[in-house]
Amino acid sequence: MEPFTRITGILAPLDRVNVDTDQIIPKQFLKRIERTGFGPFLFYDWRRNGDFILDRPAYRGASVLVTGANFGCGSSREHAPWSLLDAGFRVVIAPSFGEIFKSNSFRCGLLPAELPEPAVRELITLSLQEPGMEITVDLAAERISASGFEAGFAVDPFFRECLLNGWDEIALTLRHEADIARFEAKRSASRLS
Amino acid sequence: MARTMAAKIWDDHVVAAREGEPDLLYVDLHLVHEVTSPQAFEGLRLSKRRVRRPDLTLATMDHDVPTIGGRAAADEVAERQMSALEENCRREGIRLYGMGNARQGIVHVIGPELGLTQPGMLIVCGDSHTSTNGAFGALAFGVGTSELEHVLATQCLRQRRPKSMAVTVEGALPLGVTAKDVALGIIASIGVEGGRGHVLEYRGATIRGLSMEGRLTVCNMTIEGGGRAGMIAPDDATFAYLKGREYAPADDHWDAAVERWRALATDPGAIFDREVSIDAARLEPYVTWGTNPGQSVPVTGSVPAPSTETDERALQYMALEPGTAIEAITIDRVFIGSCTNARLEDLRVAASVVRGHRVHPKVRAMVVPGSASVKRQAEAEGLDALFREAGFEWRDAGCSMCLGMNPDILGPGERCASTSNRNFEGRQGRGGRTHLVSPPMAAAAAIAGHLVDVREFN
Repeated sequence: MEPFTRITGILAPLDRVNVDTDQIIPKQFLKRIERTGFGPFLFYDWRRNGDFILDRPAYRGASVLVTGANFGCGSSREHAPWSLLDAGFRVVIAPSFGEIFKSNSFRCGLLPAELPEPAVRELITLSLQEPGMEITVDLAAERISASGFEAGFAVDPFFRECLLNGWDEIALTLRHEADIARFEAKRSASRLS
Repeated sequence: MARTMAAKIWDDHVVAAREGEPDLLYVDLHLVHEVTSPQAFEGLRLSKRRVRRPDLTLATMDHDVPTIGGRAAADEVAERQMSALEENCRREGIRLYGMGNARQGIVHVIGPELGLTQPGMLIVCGDSHTSTNGAFGALAFGVGTSELEHVLATQCLRQRRPKSMAVTVEGALPLGVTAKDVALGIIASIGVEGGRGHVLEYRGATIRGLSMEGRLTVCNMTIEGGGRAGMIAPDDATFAYLKGREYAPADDHWDAAVERWRALATDPGAIFDREVSIDAARLEPYVTWGTNPGQSVPVTGSVPAPSTETDERALQYMALEPGTAIEAITIDRVFIGSCTNARLEDLRVAASVVRGHRVHPKVRAMVVPGSASVKRQAEAEGLDALFREAGFEWRDAGCSMCLGMNPDILGPGERCASTSNRNFEGRQGRGGRTHLVSPPMAAAAAIAGHLVDVREFN
C-alpha cells in the first residue's frame, strides 16, 4: 500500500447523505477481476444523468471529497474505495461512514476522515463558494486546513500507523505465526471435514 | 463478570491482543463468492502467499449466475469471474459449490442449510449480508477484499471490539406481519445508521417465536440499519434445525456441541452499550417508498411529505407524489428471492397467497429460490407448479434481481415489489424503482397489480 502522510489538493463537494456503495460504483462494474480501472465508473449513474457536480471543470482533478453522513453505507464492495482512488481521490471527509467502507478504505490507502457535521457543512459551503479551492490533509498531525478553515480529526491509531508507513497488514499478522499456531493447536481439528 | 453473547464469542477467538491495537481474531469459517474474491487471490499470488486453511474456507457462485439458461447465459465478464473462482479454488484446494452443483446457492443461504453455520463460530465473507449467519448465535460479518485476502493468508482478522446493542422485541406478531416486517420496523426505529459500531443482539419473545428462517431474515437486514453483525441466542429451535445437517456435528459430538452452544447466551445482568425495545403488536406489513431501507411506511399508509432534501430526492427518483396511498401504487415487476427471503418457508408463505390466483396481466413476476436445495425441496412440494400455473417464472438459484449483476434486472422506470434487502437507486437495474416488502406482500402485489395489504387480500 502506498504510504499516506500529507496531501494538498482540490476539494470537491458532494452534498448528499447516505451515499451508498451502489451509487459510488454500480454493480455492473463489479465484474472486473483487477483492483484498478474502476475510476471511470465512479458515480456512473449520477454522472450519466448530466450536470453532476464532480464533473464541473473547477472540481476536475480533485483529491479530497467532502460529503454527508453515512457515506459508503451498503455493500462490502472494496470496489467503492478503489474507484475513488482510481479517480484520483485520496481522502473522503464526512461526519460518518458505513463501517465496512471505512475499514476497506484504510486497508487500500484511502483516508476516511471524520469531522463533526458543522465542520463538514462549512467545508461544503466553502468549496461551493470557491470552486477549485485547495485543502491540506495532514495525517501525521491529524489536521485539515484550507483558506479560512482549520480542524483536527482523529483516526484509529493502528490504521493511522499502517497508512503513514504503507504497511502490509498481512505481513504484520504473519509475525504472529506462533500465536496463530498455538491457537490452532488448542482448537479441535477442521470443523468442515 | 456477566458477558454478552457477542463478548463471549469474541473472547473465544482472540489470537493476540495488544494495548492500542485491534484484536487479532481467528476465523472459524470463511465463505467466498465470485465477485469480491478475485483480487484477493491475485494479491496472494503476487505476494507469493498461500491459503492457510483451505479446509475452513468454502466457495460458491451466486451474484453473477444466470437463473435461466445455465452458464451459457452468463455474459463474458461474468464468465471470466466465475472461471477465476474455479481456478483459484482448484489451485488452493478450496471446496467450491459452483454452478450446477447440487449444493450451490446464495452464500448466506447455503451456510445455514448445510449446517456449516454453527453457534459460537466467527464467520466472515466478502459480503455485507454475512450478518445473516448470526441467527445461529454466531458472530458473522462482512469484510472487504483486503480483509478477505488477510483471512485467506492468515485465517485471522484484525478488529476493534464493537459495542453491543440489545434489540428486544416483545409480544405476538399481528396477523400478516412477518420477520421481514420486524426487520423493516427495527430499521425504521433505529435509522439506517443506528446500528453503526454495534453488534446487535435480537432478543425477546417475538424473536424467540420466529422460525430459523425468520431469524435469518431479521439478522440479514442488520447491515441496512448500519450494524455490521446481528445475532440471536441459540435455543432448541436452533439445535433442531442443525441436527442431521451435512456439516453439523454428528454422533458423539452432537451432545457436547449442544452443551457448549447453550452456554453462549448472554449472561443475566450483562450490560449492553445500548438497548432498544420494539412492541411487536405495533408492527405492520411495511413497504418502502424511498431509496433506503429506513424509508418505509405501513401498507395502510401513504407516501409521506418529504422532510429533507434526501426525502425529496428519493421521491423524485421513485416518481411518487406525497399523499399517494401505498395501495394505489401500481407495479410492473415482482421479485421473490434473495438472501433475505428465498428460503423454503418464504416460498411456502408466498405460495399460500398465490394459490387459486393468477399474476396480474400487466405484471411480470419471478420466484428465485435461494439455493439449489431450496429449489429441489420446493419442487418436491409442488410449489414450482403452483407458481408457474399462476404465471410466475420459476428460476434457478442465485442472487438474481436483488442486485442485478446477472441478466435479471429492472428496466429504467420499472417499478418492483421485491423481497430483497436494498432499495437503493439503481440497485435492481439502472432507473429501476424498488419497494421492499415481505414474501406474502410481494405475492399479493403480483396478483393485484399494485401494492396491497395482504391481510385484506384473498
